[in-house]
Amino acid sequence: MKATSRSVDSVEIIKLDGKITIGAGDQQLREVISGALANGRTNILLDLSGVTTIDSSGIGELVGSYTTVTNRGGKLKLLHLPAKLNELLHVTQLITVFEVYDNEQDALKSF
Amino acid sequence: MQNGDGERIEITISSRFENIELVQVIAEHLCENAGLDEDGSHWIGMAVREAVANAIKHGNKLDVRKKVQATFDLRGLDLTIAIADEGEGFDPEKVSDPLSPKNLMKTSGRGIFYMKTFMDQVRYSFAPGGGTSLVMTKNLARGTGIATSSKH
Repeated sequence: MKATSRSVDSVEIIKLDGKITIGAGDQQLREVISGALANGRTNILLDLSGVTTIDSSGIGELVGSYTTVTNRGGKLKLLHLPAKLNELLHVTQLITVFEVYDNEQDALKSF
Repeated sequence: MQNGDGERIEITISSRFENIELVQVIAEHLCENAGLDEDGSHWIGMAVREAVANAIKHGNKLDVRKKVQATFDLRGLDLTIAIADEGEGFDPEKVSDPLSPKNLMKTSGRGIFYMKTFMDQVRYSFAPGGGTSLVMTKNLARGTGIATSSKH
């Protein structure tokens, strides 16, 4: 997995590309989120448009990231969910947990 | 959909996460060759991914000396997939429901749920001397994917 970050005002936009699967991307995601928090960036928008594969470990890592950011007083929101990831969040009812956006400007305004 | 004489494929891997995709790809190709569409094949491949990941992590506990054996048996449109490890087994009744509000925010425990979502049937058997065998079945004529599934 590759992660690319950029800052827009108070929001850190992190674009993830590739796989978020067990042993390949799940730990990286945790490290990326920890890095942003360590830099004081607690409002995080995860752009998932480049995610090609995700499994239950990756889903679990998204949940863990959400909890970590929320516990630090921040917000973690999702942008550009791929269709299959969207379905995985729906069947596990996690779609009710995350704020999901299709448009970056709308997402930025929501923070 | 094709109704051939059947296909049987076996593969044995060592317990490394990077081997999961090998087994997943076999599942997806087998389904596509049987005429299932790309989405349907993907979801079955994901069920296989989850099963193999569990076998490596929870069954064989990442011991690379221990093997995971995957067997695919396609008879007509009936697909049976067996994933066997060398672990000590577990009690399926103790697997928590990931949809329960108290479990919703847990970071693990969704793998078996996804398998049950994508497949018609998921069952376990445990050998007396150790080793867990997971058997999943799917009738490819019924399609697959989340929208067609209603049981857990």
